[in-house]
Amino acid sequence: MSPASSPSNVNRFHLTRILVVWLVLSLILTPLVYFVWGPNMPPGDMANNAKDQQFDNTVLSTVATPVVLFIWVYLGYALIFFRRKDASDEEDGPPIKGHLGFQVGWVGLTTVIVLSLFVFGTYELVGPNGAGTGSGSSPIWTPAGYSGVAKYNKLFQVQVIGQQWRWTFRYPAYQGVETTQLVIPEGVQIQFNTTSLDVIHSFWAYELGVKADAVPGVNNIAFAVAERPGTFQIRCAELCGPLHGAMSSVGVVVSPTAFNTWIAGQLVLHGEVIPLLPPYAPTYLPQSDGGLYDPGQDPLGPDLTLPSPAP
Amino acid sequence: MTKAQKTIGVLIPLALLLAVVVWTFFYLIRWPPTVEASTRSAGVVDITAQTVGSIGTGNHPTWVSYLVRDSSGVWVHTTTLQVPANSTVHMTIYQFDSGSSLRNPVMNQVLGAPDATLDGKPYSLWTDTIGHTFTIPELGLSVPMPGISATAANPCSVAPCALSYDHHTVQFTFKTFGATVYTWQCFVPCGLGYLAGFGGPMSTFGYMNGVLKVVA
Repeated sequence: MSPASSPSNVNRFHLTRILVVWLVLSLILTPLVYFVWGPNMPPGDMANNAKDQQFDNTVLSTVATPVVLFIWVYLGYALIFFRRKDASDEEDGPPIKGHLGFQVGWVGLTTVIVLSLFVFGTYELVGPNGAGTGSGSSPIWTPAGYSGVAKYNKLFQVQVIGQQWRWTFRYPAYQGVETTQLVIPEGVQIQFNTTSLDVIHSFWAYELGVKADAVPGVNNIAFAVAERPGTFQIRCAELCGPLHGAMSSVGVVVSPTAFNTWIAGQLVLHGEVIPLLPPYAPTYLPQSDGGLYDPGQDPLGPDLTLPSPAP
Repeated sequence: MTKAQKTIGVLIPLALLLAVVVWTFFYLIRWPPTVEASTRSAGVVDITAQTVGSIGTGNHPTWVSYLVRDSSGVWVHTTTLQVPANSTVHMTIYQFDSGSSLRNPVMNQVLGAPDATLDGKPYSLWTDTIGHTFTIPELGLSVPMPGISATAANPCSVAPCALSYDHHTVQFTFKTFGATVYTWQCFVPCGLGYLAGFGGPMSTFGYMNGVLKVVA
């Protein structure tokens, strides 16, 4: 056996070719993923949460691209060059031997990648804007102006109420009016207070990057700032019964001026029913006969003080 | 045991199993029959329905239900309605059931139907007990059906109910757009005895929810 055709040289030859192909593809595709695909990744850039989630998706996809490419290149290379060409050749392949440097490098590199993603993901989950998630009645991340005491809370309050099978929305600063459409002003920090009147739903405002479970007896708080006017899809993301799939609507982001006009119209439209609504509360409980809902109990205690921010 | 006996011993259970599977499949894909709206004039159609306290027949005779009158005047136990696209739909609903509280008072009001009438009078809000609602969330339409008095002298107990029994008449119109399928439902938690009042007839197509097929 000549030195050139020894197993170690053959392996090095294949490995070099695989690495070159992988490196070229990675240098081409990884920037494309970050710079071209990234800005078009879901959920878009309508709100601060959505932007953060789009950035997260972009970073994770960018990191994953070289890894996926290595697997595909290796798989393709093996299919082309390592397949059995001669059907009558039943000789064993060369024995596999351990390589300490390669093993340490492999384990070390994958450990670094996974731990980096863990740190990045954990920070992104908690840090920027609470990631648009419902974080219960005492969220870990809170924006400036937030207070657990309603009368000190300066944020724009919208209560999201799930019920089989539709969403309604209460605006505590506007006589507690309850509407069947969600309209919010752009450029304003919104505090979504999500709850349910019956079973578990999940409020998913897709383009806002907000998803918060709506649980009976729980005030699940999420935050968002819509950065431009437009519409966004609202879905229920928790299987809640036979019409779960139809539990959707379209929300609207408008200018503060347009919002004031809209809410004034809602106060007129729903003026007759406002006195019939229960007092605004963080949660509501249905009566034992399954009828009218009542103010419920919040873990912090019922706080019926209506905040009064205006966009 | 002969070979023929063995074969029969295998084939009969297999045939029975197949029959159970086929029966289950067709049972699960059952769907209430479709009732087409009757045409009043070009682009204008009528749907006439009634709500009853108990349907009286079928697997769940005690369940509350909607019924719809077809073009021949027969009351059909269904909630699958069909109307033409880009048309005006005149709805007439005879409410024979008694009422209870709504879970959400927002549904006490008439939404999306400014011409609604109750027993011939303009109607926008009902603050007493409500039997059912006819609600199509996607159209922003919701009309409550006031319950008949608990002391009604002549309540209907067997569906379909004749107009000689105590009832309310609710009428309203709404418009359709392109061809699509809307879901509609009642929002009064009238599935008594079921989870949150929204089980049983509230969760079963053909009783308190259904679809509105809008066809081109």
